[in-house]
Amino acid sequence: MAATAPCGSGAEETGSEAAAGKPGGTSFQRKGPRAGGLDRGGSRLVSIAGTRPSVRNGQLLVSTGLPALDQLLGGGLAVGTVLLIEEDKYDIYSPLLFKYFLAEGIISGHTLLVASAKEDPADILQELPAPLLDNHCKKEFDEDSCNDKTPESNIEMKIAWRYQLLPKMQAGPVSSSRFGHYYDVSKRIPQELIEASKWYGFFLPEKLSSSLPAEPCYLTHGYLKLLQFIQSIIYEDGFDGTNPQKKQKNILRIGIQNLGSPLWGDDICCTENCDNNHNLTKFLYVLRGLLRNSLSACIITVPSHLIQNKAVIARVANLSDTVVGLESFMGSEKETNPLYKDYHGLIHIRKIPRLNNLTGDISDVKDLAFKLKRKLFTIEAYQNIKAKLTCENIIDNF
Amino acid sequence: MFPELNDLLNTTPDKVEQGKLTLLCDAQTDGSFLLHHFLSFYLRANCKVCFVALTQSFSHYSIVAQKLGVSLTTARERGQLVVLEGLKSSVDVFFRAQEEPHPLQFLRKASAGDLQPLYEFVQEALKPVDGEEAAWRCPVLLMDDLSVLLSLGVGAVAVLDLVHYCRATVCCKLKGNLVALVHDSGGAEDEESNTLLNGLSHQSHLILRVEGLATGFCRDVHGQLTILRRTLSQPTVQGERRLTYQYKIQDKNVSFFARGMSPAVL
Repeated sequence: MAATAPCGSGAEETGSEAAAGKPGGTSFQRKGPRAGGLDRGGSRLVSIAGTRPSVRNGQLLVSTGLPALDQLLGGGLAVGTVLLIEEDKYDIYSPLLFKYFLAEGIISGHTLLVASAKEDPADILQELPAPLLDNHCKKEFDEDSCNDKTPESNIEMKIAWRYQLLPKMQAGPVSSSRFGHYYDVSKRIPQELIEASKWYGFFLPEKLSSSLPAEPCYLTHGYLKLLQFIQSIIYEDGFDGTNPQKKQKNILRIGIQNLGSPLWGDDICCTENCDNNHNLTKFLYVLRGLLRNSLSACIITVPSHLIQNKAVIARVANLSDTVVGLESFMGSEKETNPLYKDYHGLIHIRKIPRLNNLTGDISDVKDLAFKLKRKLFTIEAYQNIKAKLTCENIIDNF
Repeated sequence: MFPELNDLLNTTPDKVEQGKLTLLCDAQTDGSFLLHHFLSFYLRANCKVCFVALTQSFSHYSIVAQKLGVSLTTARERGQLVVLEGLKSSVDVFFRAQEEPHPLQFLRKASAGDLQPLYEFVQEALKPVDGEEAAWRCPVLLMDDLSVLLSLGVGAVAVLDLVHYCRATVCCKLKGNLVALVHDSGGAEDEESNTLLNGLSHQSHLILRVEGLATGFCRDVHGQLTILRRTLSQPTVQGERRLTYQYKIQDKNVSFFARGMSPAVL
């Protein structure tokens, strides 16, 4: 009874296990690209727009919206995992990373789920950065659309240009859709793109009933409602493959803003030893359980500098797959440090996941700084500058 | 399993010690490669394994085990391996109230949870079945990892009780082994984690402690492994033996070498 019941007996597993180990046959089978945590054949998944398999272990990756960050994370964010962003002190740069992720979802045609306790998701979507399309890129898109020999494709779409990116026939792996785009932060995303995309919003004040129930629940109400919402979307839209009516071949991008802040009803940012400081960690655990079994990727921003109990920060990091911390120089003594004068802050890659592998894709470069220029958010290694300044000092003092 | 680690621990799949509690502890780095080693080691040694996999999905362990030459799905079909997939079952438990007690039922409790259903699951999984008494060598319980239980609202004392019950059943009664992974948060901030770690260190026969290098990240040396072996029953001259090695994780293997003797440095 209890022994085998939790071990998953769904039909989806047996499909790929037949390839893995036939009884009596060899257990050494060469595998094609597989998604992290999903037991499906690899060839089907390569055809989803905006994704690509990892070169290291065939993991299905999506772009975070920042090609520089993709490179630091080993090619992109793995489907089925959580990217945790530790917010900078004044919450200026982490919303940018959040918006890049969502904008990338719109451009790639993924479904979005935006959750926030502070801002209406519709407003968040209005503020997404516009994709950067120079003439060179546009030519590339035209060439790709001409590969499909149907009469409609000859009409160049000027407003809904994104539809030109989608191939007309899904015969094989989609190579025409790009992975990772550049965005212009000074411009807003065109309204047509938002309207053409499919998105779900979760705005906490709307979802919570006006009078909170009196009895204590096993999870903070805000978190519970959000989990139920995410689970219902995943199930109804078929992202986990269990719904017989819906055969979804798209990615769900989930973005949750300021998780753990008092606006969500959690008081880990207010007191150090609150009675139940397990709400956030429980939420993350169940969320990861939902993600591992579905075609989705999630970005969460957490104001970890506000969390009083340091143990909780460590636990939250342990429960996330990829952790990136932002440290802005604004208001700190580093602002006047000549070493950092060209940059706005430091970016720390705290954790890279080890998925389907003994090791992860750890990049060699550890000293990374970011800079928000007028149009672009760039990430650079500042090690070279440090060496140059040291040499200059030595030469000057000679 | 990693042949070099077998040499360091002085074991082979043919001669497996029984009745031992092994503690895997990692600080500031990821020690899950040790768990993959023990999982494939005990499966190769023809032991019946109950694996409480709370951190990652089954397919992750399965793919890594395949690289190490063991098929988890075949083992599961044969009845040699019983897996509790934490991530998958937590979704089931969380969204649908279960009629029968579920191992992860404590997720639905507001206050400190009760681990008894989890213990009963382990007991049920490893109890000797009449027909196949001589088939498997000895039962083994693998837990990945106990720190997740702390994050889910269970108290350190409850986790220690669970380990105590499991040790009494698996190690003493069934003459099997128990291997558990715990994260060391390093520092006085996480009291529960320290309580758990100290309590477990006290009762373990073998402690494998993995930490990152004190000097920071290095591409060729991924960390340091300390092996602490304690003979609790017989007092000998060497009550404790502590050995330290450094390691590098490769795609299908982990190589160990004495400190400072990394092939990249020499």
